[in-house]
Amino acid sequence: MNKILLGLLVGALLGALDGATAWLTPAVRAQIVGIIVGSTMKGVIAGVAAGIFARKVNSVPLGILFGLAVGFVLAFLVAYLQHGYYLQIIVPGSIVGMIVGWATQQYGVASRSPVAAR
Amino acid sequence: MRFLSNKSIEKLRTAGSLPDLSGTGYALVEFLARGGMGAVYLAKDEKLNRRVALKILESEDPQGTLVNRLAREAQVLAQLEHPGIVPVHDAGTLEDGRVYYAMKFVQGSRLDGFLANAASLSERLRLFLRICDTISFAHSRGILHRDLKPANIMIGAFGEVLVMDWGLAKILVPKTRPTTSSTVTEMPDAITNGTPFRHADSEITDVTGDGMVMGTPGYMSPEQAGGNAANVDERSDVFSLGRLLALMVTESGNTKPAKSDRALRAMCEKASSRNPGDRYESVFSFAEDVSRFLEGLPVTAYHEHIWERMQRFYQRYQAAILLITAYLTMRALFILYSRH
Repeated sequence: MNKILLGLLVGALLGALDGATAWLTPAVRAQIVGIIVGSTMKGVIAGVAAGIFARKVNSVPLGILFGLAVGFVLAFLVAYLQHGYYLQIIVPGSIVGMIVGWATQQYGVASRSPVAAR
Repeated sequence: MRFLSNKSIEKLRTAGSLPDLSGTGYALVEFLARGGMGAVYLAKDEKLNRRVALKILESEDPQGTLVNRLAREAQVLAQLEHPGIVPVHDAGTLEDGRVYYAMKFVQGSRLDGFLANAASLSERLRLFLRICDTISFAHSRGILHRDLKPANIMIGAFGEVLVMDWGLAKILVPKTRPTTSSTVTEMPDAITNGTPFRHADSEITDVTGDGMVMGTPGYMSPEQAGGNAANVDERSDVFSLGRLLALMVTESGNTKPAKSDRALRAMCEKASSRNPGDRYESVFSFAEDVSRFLEGLPVTAYHEHIWERMQRFYQRYQAAILLITAYLTMRALFILYSRH
């Protein structure tokens, strides 16, 4: 599996799970579907970005750092649009970005192997 | 009356001992090193305008033993086309009757010298895997090295690993089922004619029983030291590689990696067991275990306890475990906070 596809899948899965944890907060339980969809999209974007980065840069610490940056920016945008829950959205969102960054560095194929000369 | 200085005398003496390369197509540049049976010179290939290393037989050889050995070494090298083996370009005889062969000129340092500057354990292990890859390739072509030691491993200027000095190589003729035991006979050569042989670079050689012992103490397998060439097979090189690995993972160069991982120590011990049956069956399986160790997976040479397994799992997925723990902690704290 290539790194971009891996990032997309891991990002989507972790994003969905992260969004689903909102169900444990009674105040936002009514908007759970919208939160899960938004969080999944956020995870997909972070995952694809981390996958592209991992194809170009082969470094676990840098991958985690990149995931942190992307996760932070995306989570901040979501929190800004919602006008609240900054800490509750940004901190877990950034950590999810870091996990996706780690996964794309650790696993997946960076690029296609060169075609043998005929 | 003027006397020549010691320096001038030394220069004249050196010039007098230099080989005459006329008629070979090579021009002598400088002396490089002296080995067991020959000296290595840097020369210029005048036809192709490139630098080559010339290995020329130097020792007295009335019986022709060393001539055969050098010629066979060239033939062995010529059969082995691999990035880890120095390619032979040419072989021939000088006007004075001495045998030579020309090979690629490699610039770099010997393994023991290189290890002093090599940084991490994983770098050393990756280097070791490249040595294994070369030896495994030679074994697949039915050739045993039989003299693996740090002095015979060169690290090139670009980090390439080259296994040198195939003068003691043994050519195996496979049985009908080559995967089980491939050693049957040895190519007819002049090595085992009963004449004791002594390497120049401090290797002690000895005669035991009716066979001749060649190799380097400390790296030579017990069956090789026993002088029975028929008993020497791939596992003899596995033994030497086990000793080599033990040296590579210890900074001090002790035979046992005292400070390193138990699994690593077990691999070294398994590879260099006295009994060939207790060793890895092939260099490939040894290298596979080292690769598994590098990847943080369990190795076949060591049965780990559950606590060690957990420790290894944690080390392998440390970053992910810490991140997931941080995430769950954060989530738990936020939930608790929102409920209060």
